[in-house]
Amino acid sequence: MAFLDHVAILQVAVPLLAAPLCVMLPGRHLPWALTLAVSWFTLVCSIVLLAEVSAGGSIAYHLGNWPPPIGIEYRVDAINALVLLVVSGISAVALPYARRSVEHEIEPDRHGLFYTAYLLCLTGLLGVTITGDAFNIFVFLEISSLSTYVLVAAGARLDRRALSAAYTYLVLGTVGATFFVLGVGLLYMVTGTLNIADLAERLPPLAESRVVQAAFAFVVAGMGLKLAMFPLHTWLPNAYAYAPSLVTVFLAATATKVSVYVLLRFVYTVFGHEFAFIEPVLAWLVLPLAVIAMLAGSVVAIHQDNLKRMFAWSSIAQIGYMMLGLALASASGLTATVLHLFNHALMKGALFMALGGVMLRIGAVSLASVRGLASEMPWTFAALVIGGLSLIGVPGTVGFVSKWYLILAAIEKGWWLLALLIVAASLLAVIYVWKLVEAAYLQPAPQDRERVRDMPPDMLIPLWVLALANIWFGIDAGLTTSVAGTVVNAFLGGGS
Amino acid sequence: MRHHLVLRVVSKLLIPFMLLFALYVQFHGDFGPGGGFQAGVIFAAAFILYALVFGIDHAREVLPEHVLRYLVPAGLALYTLTGFAGIALGGKYLDYDVLGSTPTAGQHLGILLVEFGVGVTVSAVMVSVFFTFAGRTRDVDEEDW
Repeated sequence: MAFLDHVAILQVAVPLLAAPLCVMLPGRHLPWALTLAVSWFTLVCSIVLLAEVSAGGSIAYHLGNWPPPIGIEYRVDAINALVLLVVSGISAVALPYARRSVEHEIEPDRHGLFYTAYLLCLTGLLGVTITGDAFNIFVFLEISSLSTYVLVAAGARLDRRALSAAYTYLVLGTVGATFFVLGVGLLYMVTGTLNIADLAERLPPLAESRVVQAAFAFVVAGMGLKLAMFPLHTWLPNAYAYAPSLVTVFLAATATKVSVYVLLRFVYTVFGHEFAFIEPVLAWLVLPLAVIAMLAGSVVAIHQDNLKRMFAWSSIAQIGYMMLGLALASASGLTATVLHLFNHALMKGALFMALGGVMLRIGAVSLASVRGLASEMPWTFAALVIGGLSLIGVPGTVGFVSKWYLILAAIEKGWWLLALLIVAASLLAVIYVWKLVEAAYLQPAPQDRERVRDMPPDMLIPLWVLALANIWFGIDAGLTTSVAGTVVNAFLGGGS
Repeated sequence: MRHHLVLRVVSKLLIPFMLLFALYVQFHGDFGPGGGFQAGVIFAAAFILYALVFGIDHAREVLPEHVLRYLVPAGLALYTLTGFAGIALGGKYLDYDVLGSTPTAGQHLGILLVEFGVGVTVSAVMVSVFFTFAGRTRDVDEEDW
C-alpha cells in the first residue's frame, strides 16, 4: 500500500508542505484548521511507525531513491518511533487547545504566519528525530530552532521581554547548533560518511583519534546547549516564561526531548560504548552536572513567582534526571531516561496547558494572581495538581515510574548517596508544587479581581487528555517500558 | 537621488542584464556553476539596486509586498511538490528518475524545478528582508536618530 511504503517521509514532508500553504491561507481559522489536520496526520504516521518497529526491527526510507551512505536515509527504530510519537502526539493534543489561546495571545493578522512557524518547528523536530543522516539532523535542527525563535518572540504582544528572551535563545541556540555541526564536520573528515549507521561502523577503529574525541566534545557541548543541560540552560527559563502558551506547551514537551534523543543517538549509536573516552566523560562530567541540575533547578524553581518560570526551572531539573540516566549508562538508567523523555512530555504538557488557561482567564500567571483561583477554575487546577503530583513522582503517576527506574539504577551501582539525592530533588519538587497548591486552594481570592469562569471545554479536554495520560501510563507502563526495553537492548546489546 | 545622473543611467542599463544573468545562473545551474541560491541573490540584487537608486516606493510598486508574501512560500511549495510528484509517479520522495520519460530527462527536470523553487524563495526573501529594514526608517522621526 502506498501510504505504508511512504509513511516515514510523509511524517516530515506533509508538515513541510503545509507550512508554505499555511502562509497563503487567509484569516485566522483556516491556518489553524490546516495545522490541526497536519498534526493529527503526523500522529497517525507515528503510530503506524511505532506499530511497525515495536517488534524490534527498523524501517529505512531512501530519499530520492539514492542508496545510503551517499543518499539521505530516514531510519526509524524503537527510540525515534517513541520520540516521534511524543512530538506528534503533543502537537495533536495541543492544537485543539491552541485556537482560543492563540486568538487571545497573537495579533489577529499574524495567525497565518504564527501557524506557519509552528508547522516548520514541527517539521524540524520530526525531521531531526526520523533522519538517519548526521548532517540532515543539523539541517532539521536549524529549521526547528529558527522557527522556535520566531515562536518565542511571538509572545511579545503580551510581554515585551519575549523579544530579549528570543534573542538570547537565538544567540545560544546558534552557538549550540554550530558546535554540533563542527562535531559532525570532524566526523565526516575522518570517516568520509554522514550516515549514522555507517558512522557507527567506521568509527570504532578510530577510537584513539584526537579528531574523533574532539568531535564527541563538540557534539556533547552543542546538544548540551540545545537540551539545556546545566550550566548551558540559561536561555530556557525566559524563553519558556514569555513565549505564548501554545509554544511553551509544545516546546517544553518536545524540543528538549528531541535534543536528548540526538545526544542518546550519538553517545550510544554513533560512538557506542566501546569508546574508552566516553565513560569518564559521562561519569565525571555529565553525571555531576545532572545532579547539580536536578537540585539547583528545583531550588531555583521554589523561589520563582512567575509560574511559567517556576515550571521552566523545574524542566531544567527534570532534564537533569534524563541526563543522569544517560550518564549512568546501565540498562535501568537508560530505561529511566527513555521513560522520562516520554513521561516528562506528558507532565509538562499538562502543566503548561493549565497555565495557558489561567493566562487566558486572568492574563497573568504569578503566584499572587492565582490566589483562590482553584474554586473558580476547579477543572484546570485539578489537572494542574495531577501534573504536579506526577512531577513529584507520586506512585500512580508517570513521574513515579521513571524515577523508580532512576533510583533503581543508582542502587544497582551501589551509589546510595545518589539515590538519596534523587529523592531529595523530588522533595524539593513537593515544595514548589505545594506553593502553587496553597496559593490556589487555600488562600482567599484578592478583592479586586473579578470572578472568572473555568476554561472552555475545547481547552479543558486536551488538558485532561494529558492529565489522564499521566495517570494511565503511570499505572499501565507496559507500552512505554516495552519500548524502552527494546531501546536499551539496541543501545547496550548489539554495540551499534 | 534626482541629481545622481550617472548612477541612474548606469543602473538603468545594468538592471536588465543583472536579471538576465540571474536567469542564466538559474537555468544553467545544472551544467555549470550556479543554481537557485546564487541566481536568487543576483535577481534580488537587481531589485535592491533599483530600490537604492530610485527609492523604495518605486521598488514596491514593481514588487508589492502582498506579491512577495506569496512568492516566498511558493518556492518552498514548488520544491516539496516536486518531491511529492516523485511519490505520485510511483517512485520515492524527491525521486527524479520517474519524472521524465527517461531517468536522465527526469533528473534534469527534477533538479530544474527544485532549483527554480529555491531561486524564487531566495530572491523573494532577500527583497523582503531589504524592504523590511529599508521601510522601517519611516516610523522613526528625524530627531530620534
